[in-house]
Amino acid sequence: MKREHIFDHLILIIGALFMIVPVVVAFMTSTHDAVSIYKNGLQLTWGGHFEETYRAVLTEAGGFTKSVTGLTMLQNSLILGLGFAIGKIVISMLAAYAIVYFRFPLGTFFFWIIFSTLLLPLEVRILPSYEIVQGLGMMNSYSGLIVPLIASATGTFYFRQFFKSVPDELVEAARIDGAGPVKFFIDILVPLSKTMIAAIFIIMFVYGWNQYLWPTLITTDETFFTLVRGMKQILQVWIGAQIPDTNQAMALAVLAMLPPVIIVVVFQSWFVKGLVESEK
Amino acid sequence: MKRVQFANPLMPYMLLLPQLVIVAVFFLWPAAEAVRASFYLEDPFGFGATFVGFDNFTDALSSSDYGRTARFTLGFTAVTAFFSLAIALLLAVKADSVIRGASSYRTLLMWVYAIAPPVAGLIGVMLFDQHIGPLSEMARFLGWDMQIGVNYYDTAFAMVVISVWKQVPINFIFFLSGLQSVPKSVQEAAAIDCRSGTRRFWTVTFPLLAPTGFFLLIINITYALFDTFGIIDLVLKGEPGNNPVTLVYKVFLDGFRGNDLGGSSAQSVILMILVFVLTVVQFRMIERRVHYN
Amino acid sequence: MAGISLNNVRKTYAGGVSAVKGVSLDIEDGEFIVLVGPSGCGKSTLLRMVAGLETITDGEVTIGDRVVNKIEPADRDIAMVFQNYALYPHMSVYNNLAYGLKNRGIGKAEIDRRVREAARILEIADYLDRKPRALSGGQRQRVAMGRAIVREPAAFLFDEPLSNLDAKLRVQMRIEIKKLQKSLGTTSLYVTHDQLEAMTLADRLVVLNGGQVEQIGTPIDVYENPASTFVASFIGSPAMNLMEIERSGEGWALSRGEGLSLTCSLNETSAILGLRPEDLHIIEGDGAINDPLMLSVVVTAVEPVGAESYVHATLGETGQEIIVRAPGKQHFEVGSVLKVAAKKEKLHFFSSETGKAIALEGNLQPA
Repeated sequence: MKREHIFDHLILIIGALFMIVPVVVAFMTSTHDAVSIYKNGLQLTWGGHFEETYRAVLTEAGGFTKSVTGLTMLQNSLILGLGFAIGKIVISMLAAYAIVYFRFPLGTFFFWIIFSTLLLPLEVRILPSYEIVQGLGMMNSYSGLIVPLIASATGTFYFRQFFKSVPDELVEAARIDGAGPVKFFIDILVPLSKTMIAAIFIIMFVYGWNQYLWPTLITTDETFFTLVRGMKQILQVWIGAQIPDTNQAMALAVLAMLPPVIIVVVFQSWFVKGLVESEK
Repeated sequence: MKRVQFANPLMPYMLLLPQLVIVAVFFLWPAAEAVRASFYLEDPFGFGATFVGFDNFTDALSSSDYGRTARFTLGFTAVTAFFSLAIALLLAVKADSVIRGASSYRTLLMWVYAIAPPVAGLIGVMLFDQHIGPLSEMARFLGWDMQIGVNYYDTAFAMVVISVWKQVPINFIFFLSGLQSVPKSVQEAAAIDCRSGTRRFWTVTFPLLAPTGFFLLIINITYALFDTFGIIDLVLKGEPGNNPVTLVYKVFLDGFRGNDLGGSSAQSVILMILVFVLTVVQFRMIERRVHYN
Repeated sequence: MAGISLNNVRKTYAGGVSAVKGVSLDIEDGEFIVLVGPSGCGKSTLLRMVAGLETITDGEVTIGDRVVNKIEPADRDIAMVFQNYALYPHMSVYNNLAYGLKNRGIGKAEIDRRVREAARILEIADYLDRKPRALSGGQRQRVAMGRAIVREPAAFLFDEPLSNLDAKLRVQMRIEIKKLQKSLGTTSLYVTHDQLEAMTLADRLVVLNGGQVEQIGTPIDVYENPASTFVASFIGSPAMNLMEIERSGEGWALSRGEGLSLTCSLNETSAILGLRPEDLHIIEGDGAINDPLMLSVVVTAVEPVGAESYVHATLGETGQEIIVRAPGKQHFEVGSVLKVAAKKEKLHFFSSETGKAIALEGNLQPA
């Protein structure tokens, strides 16, 4: 190896450590007990209390929350992530299919209506959104949590880009082969989009799972708390405590990042492809 | 669109219906409501509202608090975007040049993308904690008495560090894919024309990466403005006090804590205009990127 | 099996752009018709109107004895082979062939019989389980052909099916398509911009230009008797030499000045003279000439291609360039002067106003 390559590796290793060490500290700390953390600070070594800490946060109510266990929050996070990803993919595929493959009056108008949602993130219309969802009686419900998040047309935009890249001749060949719009969608377009669907699913699942502001506003009932939503709750209890359960706080943080991290790492190539392609 | 399209009278509307309903109820309505509310002064106890024209806007823009927040947001956005882009670019260039372990580095450097901002915020708060945090301990060792949540600049520092940490991976992914799409023949031609690797980078590779860089710049500005909410909320531990907040956080504070509906809405509308401009610029970038290809 | 007829077919797009400006054509049952022309001449649009992939602005398309203007592509009893093959990438070769048959509600056993028969004919039986991406370009082309064959349609429509193949494969597939079409006897309409492909495949050629038919005829007829300067320059390689000539006293002169020895009786005061490169022969020394046309040219470049050489030359000072085909073994010096002549029956004349061919009246006299 040449010297400049050693230098390259050195920089990459420092970069990797910069990314990894904070999470390693979080995980290692979660395996210690609260008192020793209080005395000795955060830890970089194995503490041996892994099982009891994680069993406590997963199965016992109390501590940071009054009535829910980590397991319930995990379940809520899954519902949010999956519901958001699946709902978004279904709805946006249908809409993109209509926009790309059909000629109909007002088509362009609807296209602009839908795509105007890309202009304004939820954060800038948060207060009225909250009031409307409250008025519709959707507070503390999964639909109130998920459906308003689907309003942004990112998925429709990705699928529209992808459908446009599908060769025109395929729909022509399919029409000569006697396939109507429904058959073409199910037999040809959906199977063709498999990789794209997988990539968008991963991106959307991570996005949904990681939602914070919206769940914070919409769920006041602890039984609907997601892990990410719970972070604030954890912190508020943690700063008020005599000897705070830092181990359990870190354990919940680890749980909150684990599923999306695993998905992103395992399906890395799809995910990267989806991310990079869809932004074009 | 397609050369051949289906001409079914009802089907396209049925396909669009779910999306349109959701957009109408949860996007158009609230967006319109935000604009409307920005022109009204709402009674905090719910006894009606009075039309006040642009008063909410002038009040918001002229308040010293808003000016302070805007200045902080500008600085925070600039510093966060600069460092997360610079670090990501450096790492991407190195990851592109090494052969051994390239894919391992890629994995190690990108996975933090999946961590939610508030989770990053929580870990950050603990790492910077005055009592148990190793980072503040290190700072003390260097003679810096770091007081996150108390000292304005220390708090801002923690926000930037956590935000950069969270944003490096996505920039890295885009820079790396941008670098990998530079044709090998171009790199080889450059290697023949220019001996110095550093010079080659700045004169050939970097200009070719410019479209990716511009695109990421917009993404990073949007990130710093909006997506850092979770980080800031955790770092502040829900107690803003005299600590720095961003414009988006202020909208949230004034609207939900301060019950200043009109003022909060006026601030929302100002942000809407800002985002609108950014998005239009971004779309123009995307168009240009398509032309490059 | 059926004939196809087009009756004054037009295509005008929404923006007012006219792609096909009234084309009439009768294709007999079993005939192989090639639509040829430069890009943008409307040949693909015409084919796609027959397929039902483009709406017909005006006129009538009849397949067999049905007017198909309003009939869905799937119900027109046609099959199409696309330039990029348009194979369904997620389906095996077998399913690519079977998909159209399944949609028409044909029984499993019959589908299987037809798919295997087509696979046998096209020699793709070994690849039936593969996905298209695991096939070479030539194999994909065969699958695309197979998809057309299994339909047992009244007509095949080909949209530049060979243009994605390399030169060698293209020649091979060209011959196979021709053989296949003759053995199946299916009426075929074939679009290409390659005049060589058009010449070799067609029973009759339809040369299109600017949305209109320039000429319809057998390949040899079109080659020997081009109806216009457009056809003359499009069909044949190297292209026919075209030069503007004017009446000058008793004889004719090139419009750009130089005299040429040509005697003929035309009514026009000016015309365009057309000469195929192979119809110009080189005269050695001062040999006596019995031909009505003789030119002195200066050699500017020579392209030897083996059996023959293409001699590029200019006519004196005028800059008018011509190409002469000479035997391959002959040597030419750049800058040397050649005398070339052409026989009477090899001269083509076109109107200098319309570009249409002019029939000769009276006899040509030796120069």
